[in-house]
Amino acid sequence: MSLRDWPIKKKLTALFMLISSLVLLLTAAAFVTYEVLVIRQRTLTNLSTLGRVIAANSTASLAFANEADAREILSALRAEPHVVAAGLYDKNGRLFSRYPANLPGDALPAVLERDGYRFESGYVIGLEPVAEPGNPRLGTLYLKSDMEAVSRTLRLSAAIGAGVMAISLLAAYLLAAVLQGRISQPILALSAAAAAVATRQDYSVRAQKLGDDELGVLTDAFNQMLGRIEEQDRELRRYATELEQRVADRTHELEERHEALRRNAAELLAANTELDAFAYSVSHDLRAPLRSIDGFSQVLLEDYGPRLDESGRESLQRVRAASQRMAILIDDLLKLARVTRSEMRTEPVDLSKIARDIATELHRSTPERQVEFAIAPGLEARGDARLLRVALENLLRNSWKYTAKQPQPRVEFGSVQGNGERVFMVRDNGAGFDMQYADKLFGVFQRLHSADEFEGTGVGLATVRRIITRHGGRIWAEGAVDRGATFYFTL
Amino acid sequence: MNPGKILLVEDNPDDVALTLRALKSHNITNDVVVAKDGVQALDYLFGAKGSPAAAELPAVVLLDLKLPKINGMEVLQRIRADERTRLLPVVILTSSDEERDVIDGYKLGANSYVRKPVDFVEFTEAARQLGLYWLLMNRAPPAPRSG
Repeated sequence: MSLRDWPIKKKLTALFMLISSLVLLLTAAAFVTYEVLVIRQRTLTNLSTLGRVIAANSTASLAFANEADAREILSALRAEPHVVAAGLYDKNGRLFSRYPANLPGDALPAVLERDGYRFESGYVIGLEPVAEPGNPRLGTLYLKSDMEAVSRTLRLSAAIGAGVMAISLLAAYLLAAVLQGRISQPILALSAAAAAVATRQDYSVRAQKLGDDELGVLTDAFNQMLGRIEEQDRELRRYATELEQRVADRTHELEERHEALRRNAAELLAANTELDAFAYSVSHDLRAPLRSIDGFSQVLLEDYGPRLDESGRESLQRVRAASQRMAILIDDLLKLARVTRSEMRTEPVDLSKIARDIATELHRSTPERQVEFAIAPGLEARGDARLLRVALENLLRNSWKYTAKQPQPRVEFGSVQGNGERVFMVRDNGAGFDMQYADKLFGVFQRLHSADEFEGTGVGLATVRRIITRHGGRIWAEGAVDRGATFYFTL
Repeated sequence: MNPGKILLVEDNPDDVALTLRALKSHNITNDVVVAKDGVQALDYLFGAKGSPAAAELPAVVLLDLKLPKINGMEVLQRIRADERTRLLPVVILTSSDEERDVIDGYKLGANSYVRKPVDFVEFTEAARQLGLYWLLMNRAPPAPRSG
């Protein structure tokens, strides 16, 4: 496991220990160095003191060349076991006496160096001049001491240092073990909280705050953040629930609407089927009695006409006319019903051509009338050709009919642009109508003229409107009495 | 020329009377056999219990559509299904000109479809033209060998 992956507790403890060890090590090194320096200095001082005492004592023996005395004096060095060798040299540099007495000659230097005390290859060497104060120099004292004292002190210091370090490190470890918790615990608490959030998506957990330091601030910030997230999460859930509810509501609503539509469609279908049956029955059954009425009226006229007076014959004629008008009415109503019932086939339709055909037909059916037709060429639309033909026929026939009393009848079929869509129009200069009744034009059986003025059943324009409506278009009319009428429609 | 019979299949006695009158007024003197419903028409053509089929087929059948028991379309279907009457001229003469009736009628093999006008003068004219056409002008299919 690499260092950066260590748990924070271990890291902290290790850090404490590392710092403690370093500090202790440096302290111990300083202490030992100081000890060593002090002891060396003391060793030099001690040896030079010893040297001066021995040198002072040796002046007489050198001055009088008393070798036994000299030996006696040097042998006093026995009390200083660290002095391993000593020699007394005369003023000419000749060895005069030695210590210990059995020391081999080559153990002492033959030539003396300059005076003073110094460390030399593991020993302390001292050269002390021997002289009476105020007299010329008598000789030199040579002293050689080992470093046993220094080593001993050093060993002791090292031992003490090591002991102190061991105890200190133990104390440091124990302290670290206790104190690292102060730092690591809030971090561990944060870490545990974060783990809970991450694994359980539980935003309600909070990290325990253990102080007001930076970690405390971090914990607070973390908890605040969690609080915000928890709130948003709750809100989000609420929205989601709300949305679900709304979707469910809307779905339900749509289902209901769909059901209602389905019911409507079924009702419509039923109504259409009924209408179909009704129309079929009307077509077959309602005309038969009319035929009888008309037929037997005619039989009466033919067989008994001479026996009736003028009034009787006229009455029978009126019966016949009424039954025939009713037959036309029934036929017109059936046409209107057929417009609603018939299936739509949408295809491109040439309205101009249809209008021209109708105009030709009208001229042929009533050749005595001279009506000017102005039919714009190339008017095309998409729709059911048959139904559109019925619509145009009704409109043009209307214009044809209502221009009957006009000296210069004119009927126009064209188109204008209105509100971005093409509006077709059929215009005539005929009897026109009062705009006050414009909304009644398209109602079934609604007529603005009496049958005496203009014949009609009041079904034609209703049929036209039904056709236009089935094409998704609109129809309206403008006009004025005796100033013509204009019918507009869109598809 | 053997004056063929007319089979008038019509349930409305008024219409029967008016049709007969119309034919007569134009001097169409052919025998008119009246069947008051589909069953009577089929019995006349194909025979029934106790009464054999007509020995001779009519020159033309004037067939109403809305009839009791068996309607006109079915009568027409049965006429066209039988080898003996397959080519028999049948004119549908009815009140309605509902498009589906016209289409169905021709699909089932009607030779003509005429709507009865309400105006009796027109009705008489239609009857005259029908008689003239089917009884005089039209070359009838050869009579099937009786067997």
